[in-house]
Amino acid sequence: MFEKFDPRKGKRFQLLNEDGILSAEARKYPMMTDDELLHAFKTMILAREADDWAVSLNRQGRMPTYPPVKGQEANSIGSIMALRQDDWFVQAFRELGGLLIRGVPLSQHYLYFLGNEWGSHYDIDRFHITPISVPIGSQMPHAVGLAYAERYKGNDRVTIAFIGDGGTSTGDFHEAMNFAGVWNSSLIFYVQNNQYAISVQRKKQTASPTIAEKAFAYGFEGVQIDGNDLFAVYAATKLAAEKARKNKGPTLIEGFTYRMGAHTTADDPSRYRDEEEVQQWAQKDPLLRIQKYLIKNKLIQSGEIETLRKEARKTARDAFEEAENYSDESLDNIYRYTFKDMPPILEEQLEKRRILEGEED
Amino acid sequence: MQALTIISAVNDALITEMRRDPSIVTFGEDVGQEGGVFRATVNIQEEFGEQRCFDTPLAESAIVGTAIGMAVAGLKPVVEIQFSGFVYPAFNQIISHVARLRNRTRGALTLPMVIRMPFSGGIRAIEHHSESMEALFAHIPGLKVVIPSTPYDTKGLLIAAMRDPDPVLFMEPKRLYRAFKQEVPEEAYTIPIGKARIVEQGDDLTLISYGAQMKETIEAGHQLQSEGTSVELIDLRTIYPWDKETVLKSVKKTGRILVVHEGPRSFGVAAELISTITSEAFEYLEAPPTRLTGSDIIFPLPTAEKHFLLRTEHIVQVAHEVVRYEP
Repeated sequence: MFEKFDPRKGKRFQLLNEDGILSAEARKYPMMTDDELLHAFKTMILAREADDWAVSLNRQGRMPTYPPVKGQEANSIGSIMALRQDDWFVQAFRELGGLLIRGVPLSQHYLYFLGNEWGSHYDIDRFHITPISVPIGSQMPHAVGLAYAERYKGNDRVTIAFIGDGGTSTGDFHEAMNFAGVWNSSLIFYVQNNQYAISVQRKKQTASPTIAEKAFAYGFEGVQIDGNDLFAVYAATKLAAEKARKNKGPTLIEGFTYRMGAHTTADDPSRYRDEEEVQQWAQKDPLLRIQKYLIKNKLIQSGEIETLRKEARKTARDAFEEAENYSDESLDNIYRYTFKDMPPILEEQLEKRRILEGEED
Repeated sequence: MQALTIISAVNDALITEMRRDPSIVTFGEDVGQEGGVFRATVNIQEEFGEQRCFDTPLAESAIVGTAIGMAVAGLKPVVEIQFSGFVYPAFNQIISHVARLRNRTRGALTLPMVIRMPFSGGIRAIEHHSESMEALFAHIPGLKVVIPSTPYDTKGLLIAAMRDPDPVLFMEPKRLYRAFKQEVPEEAYTIPIGKARIVEQGDDLTLISYGAQMKETIEAGHQLQSEGTSVELIDLRTIYPWDKETVLKSVKKTGRILVVHEGPRSFGVAAELISTITSEAFEYLEAPPTRLTGSDIIFPLPTAEKHFLLRTEHIVQVAHEVVRYEP
């Protein structure tokens, strides 16, 4: 399917270049409608504003440690746009744009990073999403299991699982790839290669020239794409999903992208990368690129963009306020959800804690 | 009724419940075609097909990790870890996801799943095939740990584990897999998780164990009884959540307690039981609560395992000290 873009031959799939010019080939690939494109663009603006707001609130002390998504938005937005709402979406933790496409309230995302478990209490039947996975790479086998279950039940739902470049060094990534190959899973592995695992450069994670080519060793296709190109992300995911839906096996997509911000707000990227490099990547910003395309093709007027940004800023502020005003988690709740029914020895621990906190009846 | 060994009771429980519940799938290394290295899953692939009983690549983390995904999507996976000594690659999945998912999503996602694994020594096995590390798992918040010691309990507890809305680690005493047979009903039945079994009632000494060590513990109890000591024998059956009520009630009656287990001593199951007993039944105690356990050493290779394993006479010897203790 991606024969023309074999990563082993040094090929990278791109449809929209840095100047916002669409390749002549683009029409041969699945494309979003203009409405879908505008929706993706607006979501990208919201993700960007929401991200910037979280980072600035961290500096004000109102937001604990937060991992910025800035610069990587096209990856999860384009890929989740290419999937059905009932396809499983297995998060790593830098997929804010994809969450917004699914319809997850921004306030819920903020709530998680504000340190409240209700931030992971997704409406599963609506969003078909698994919670953020902090132990790097460990979510990958879950995706293979989800895909197995859907085929077992006779459904044609596919699964997409996100991971970063650092995560591809974990055993779970390789075990999941291997299982998916053997089981011919209806699965898309999406690697957001943002060039750094905290401070460690991509070349120090693997001697392999690309991450995408690892797929071939597991018996299925891999493709490296320009992860800052919304058109390429959408098209590659759509093709991989169509293939998966026909039980024709998994695909590894390596989105070649860049984390413009820090790993988390606790990190100082100036210790491991040059400002010059950051500036070079800023030219490839997925948001600027799609914006150029939309203006050029008169799908939006440049004057509208500032309005969109202002609206997004307000949405972000309102969402954060909603999350911040969410009631503090109760003593009972941190015990109550350990099991469906609390065993007596746990009930007793809760009782003792209530007494310590002066909450006894 | 049918006379079954523990291993055939595992097989019977799986088949009985898989006939009733089409969402159950069982898989692991050599589980499908071969029916498991101990034959726990023999005839299951023949009856239920490869979709419901299958072999996996040799990777424990992905065996448990894929089970998580299946359970999230509504299946009930029952996975086999071939030997408990090989579960450690899956430890991250167990501790970081299996045990946490319900609570960290406040009930949005739940994991009805069972992880089966044979454990314990005494079968002259090669390295890494003999350990009793149940305390590791019992220490993880959010995990239930069940250990049967009889064929009847094996079937009832395994069916209960498969019907449990939460993940259950089911540790099977492989030394007893084929040690004896017991009458087991052909139909499905459950034994509640979290309830100990009073094997025999008595007034002078409470003698507690579980799993493979139950055999020597019961023998020791009988010997003590023949000497005129009235022994209350308890099979703990569930390590977490353990049946504090039954244990405390017994200790309050006898005033003397000996806890026996094969696993290492420090921070072990006996430590938890005795700590609780000391705090909550202190005034009933007539002798120091005592434990007889494996030592804090690696499990020896077969030529020396006799120096590690606890024999009936060891239990009797220590029980004598507890029974004869006078302040």
